[in-house]
Amino acid sequence: MAAAKAVHKKTTRPGAAGPEELQQQDGLMPTKVSLTLNGEAVSTEVDSRTLLVELIRENFIKTGTHVGCDTSQCGACVVHVDGRSVKSCTMLALQAEGADIRTIEGVATDGELHPMQEAFREHHGLQCGYCTPGMIMSALDLVKNNPDPDDREIREWLEGNLCRCTGYQNIVRAVKAGAEAMRSGE
Amino acid sequence: MIKNGMGAAVRRKEDYRFITGNGQYVDDINRPNQVYAYIVRSPVAHARLASVDTAAARAVPGVVAVLTGADMATDGIGGLPCGWGIHNKDGSPMAEPGHPPLAAEVVRYVGDQVAVVIAESKAIARDASELVEVDYDELPAVAGLVAASADGAALVWDEAPGNICYDWEIGDQAATEAAFASAKQIASIDVVNNRLIANAMEPRSAIGEYDSGKDEHTLYTTSQNPHVIRLLMGAFVMGIPEHKLRVIAPDVGGGFGSKIFHYAEEAIVTWAAKKIKRPIKWTAERSESFISDAHGRDHVTHAEMAMDENGIFVGLRVSTRANLGAYLSTFGPSVPTYLYATLLAGTYKTPAIYAEVKGMFTNTVPVDAYRGAGRPEASYLLERLVDRAAKVAGLDPIEIRRRNFIQPDEFPYQTPVALEYDTGDYGAAVDKALELGDYDSFDKRKAESAGRGKLRGIGISTYIEACGLAPSNIAGALGARAGLYEAGTVRVNPTGSVTVLTGSHSHGQGHETTFAQLVTEALGVDFDLVEIVHGDTGKVPFGMGTYGSRSAAVGGVALVNALEKIRTKAKKIAAHLLEASEEDIEFKEGQLTVAGTDKAVAFSDVAMAAYVPHNYPLETLEPGLEETAFYDPKNFTFPAGCHICEVEIDPDTGVVDVVSFTAADDFGRVINPMIVEGQVHGGVAQGIGQALYEQCIYDESGQLMSGSLMDYCLPKADNIPDFSVTTSVTPCTHNVLGVKGCGEAGAIGAPPAVINAVLNALAKYEVDDIQMPATPERVWRAIQSAAK
Repeated sequence: MAAAKAVHKKTTRPGAAGPEELQQQDGLMPTKVSLTLNGEAVSTEVDSRTLLVELIRENFIKTGTHVGCDTSQCGACVVHVDGRSVKSCTMLALQAEGADIRTIEGVATDGELHPMQEAFREHHGLQCGYCTPGMIMSALDLVKNNPDPDDREIREWLEGNLCRCTGYQNIVRAVKAGAEAMRSGE
Repeated sequence: MIKNGMGAAVRRKEDYRFITGNGQYVDDINRPNQVYAYIVRSPVAHARLASVDTAAARAVPGVVAVLTGADMATDGIGGLPCGWGIHNKDGSPMAEPGHPPLAAEVVRYVGDQVAVVIAESKAIARDASELVEVDYDELPAVAGLVAASADGAALVWDEAPGNICYDWEIGDQAATEAAFASAKQIASIDVVNNRLIANAMEPRSAIGEYDSGKDEHTLYTTSQNPHVIRLLMGAFVMGIPEHKLRVIAPDVGGGFGSKIFHYAEEAIVTWAAKKIKRPIKWTAERSESFISDAHGRDHVTHAEMAMDENGIFVGLRVSTRANLGAYLSTFGPSVPTYLYATLLAGTYKTPAIYAEVKGMFTNTVPVDAYRGAGRPEASYLLERLVDRAAKVAGLDPIEIRRRNFIQPDEFPYQTPVALEYDTGDYGAAVDKALELGDYDSFDKRKAESAGRGKLRGIGISTYIEACGLAPSNIAGALGARAGLYEAGTVRVNPTGSVTVLTGSHSHGQGHETTFAQLVTEALGVDFDLVEIVHGDTGKVPFGMGTYGSRSAAVGGVALVNALEKIRTKAKKIAAHLLEASEEDIEFKEGQLTVAGTDKAVAFSDVAMAAYVPHNYPLETLEPGLEETAFYDPKNFTFPAGCHICEVEIDPDTGVVDVVSFTAADDFGRVINPMIVEGQVHGGVAQGIGQALYEQCIYDESGQLMSGSLMDYCLPKADNIPDFSVTTSVTPCTHNVLGVKGCGEAGAIGAPPAVINAVLNALAKYEVDDIQMPATPERVWRAIQSAAK
């Protein structure tokens, strides 16, 4: 090995809690949270630092909502909270107390696909499928507020949903077609 | 045409589960009694591990174990193997240092694995990881090609003087020098191929599980090739025989090459699961992906093209330095050599080519294949150089290409850099692209843009790639340490439904649909009665997986060969049932008919007869209807095409807007045009990403500055235009399907087309170079410095 000036760097985080403190931190005390998930009243206990997306995926095992990043860029975790699209990695589970949460699993009714879901399949708006639930949940919120979006509006709205497979064109087509089907009440 | 057969734009079978949230990715899987792993990673680029103290972390309630490289060494766990050996110019082998899954003595990049904390929850594992006390004796680091090549540079490895892993060459140096001596004009160029990170939307994840009763290991992993992982990890790292190791790659959320490789975390969870006798899940956080997924590209190249007085290419010489990172990833050494320099002939008849490549170690994340893998680097270099040659020769960029194209009647064509192209018609693709892109009226659009104060430019690339990896014997002679065939099994079930077991793996490509189309085409079985099984070594007999645009061209052909065996056996059974001669049986659209008669039996009845062989030729034919084929291709396939990009630049801000993109690609025959178009869209988007947005940046000390999605710019929906896509078809001559592969073309053809368009837009400022990504800052600076 080439000669080197030794610089010692201890990497334990300064001020990190010791083992006993970790056990006793308030944050680790379970707290009850109750909410409506896809129309069903549910409740469970979580640590106060638990994210909404963790609650959905790990406590309620609704794994259609995905985690694609840790900086709230990708949008794979978008769900509806009281009717609005929200990146579920940006909310604490406890903030969802009493909320009405809808995930991708709650979009189809009685096995009947929602027109927006149909449109994604019809227009090849997905490849690996990982970003798809977030895309669909985001698109549904767009159409709720703007029933007839043009391409530019769709692309701008989806700026917070990353897809690495499709190049977006077929997603834009799908959202447009889904919006049209929703307008015509299909 | 058979309904839902070859050539139909069938909607995808797999979509239902994805659009309803029922996909099952690795992180969606939870095993009984599962615990969670968090990896302690080096925060410095190069250091000796003076001590790793795990006592405090182990004392945290809920922590199950904390394991280090020393524990791994004690257990005799091997290093991560490299799957491709390269030789130096003098015939000696490349430097091939070890790659322990957990470092025991020295860490060599930010992100290198130091220890694993295993706990009852992710949160506890992560908290406790902060109590692992590591004493790093820092060593000098080299974080890029320039630093690694400098005189007296610090060494990543003592056994690699000058940080050179290999110094490799291809082509005829003497003939090339002679061509340059006789040249009338020479164009030269220096290019950097920017370092990229694949960023599949699903972060990597792995679950290790051990069944002590059976002494069996199971690994769930985000892999493009589970059988390859079983082979590499079982044989080289863990010492587990194949029958005791099952590798499952379920739904995988994109790969783009980054999920080919055998990663440390797969070995760590497999090893640790046996030690603690509980299943262990590890899932990367995105920021962790940035410092642990293999990166792509990262070349620095000087090249020169020699021409005669008419702009005919007479010689090409290329000198490249390629960054391999701190360790050799699974296929890292092959990417800047056999997947790069062998493509330097491009679509042209350049008679003499010589290329030399130095593979360099640096204190950065290992570099390996990313969508295109070597071919985008070749295409970018060549297509930029050809545009420059056009300028030197005073020719239109399209004219110089046409003058130098290999012509349709010149195939098979042996290039001076090892490959033999089987077929192609490069001029036809150009014609199609020019028409679809309305090339002739560009000046009108340019004037219209100018009226709005914008600079409009147009750029072209005519790329080629070598896909369908590969003939095993040729790859082996070039250094590959594995075979590159594919396997497929067709299991006709008693009632006539069909289960296909394929070694190819879909992580977005849609094999469950396209492969089912091949079954429907061959057997006439209803599309809905076909199931494609992939991604599980416990179900699929064997396979080499999906990368290098090989699924249709290798896996698809293996499947078709197995289907042909089924057809042959079905005819024998039908001949018996119909009391006819086998030669007289026609098999069409699910019916087996005695030629010229109305005597027929349905394929489903043949299947039933094969499994209930009461009336069956048992003396000459086995019961059952299941066949397997292994297919090793005779040659690579050679997709090629023409991409045209138009950009608009705002001269005040330097912002580049891609306003249109046209692709005319020759992928040979197409199984499902909807899926092929989708592959082109995605590839072009990643190519535009490389050209305009994406850049992996290390600082001098080896810290990754672009280490999250806040710092590394992936193309977003409003950065990318609608694409115009078409195909021109010359069927591959050496596989029965006539297919070539389409997965990587967009990422290969797009970057030079975009940059050529940017330079065309900036022509009036006499800007003759701009590096990728052409960010607003770079473009603005180029305009400002030219204006002075």
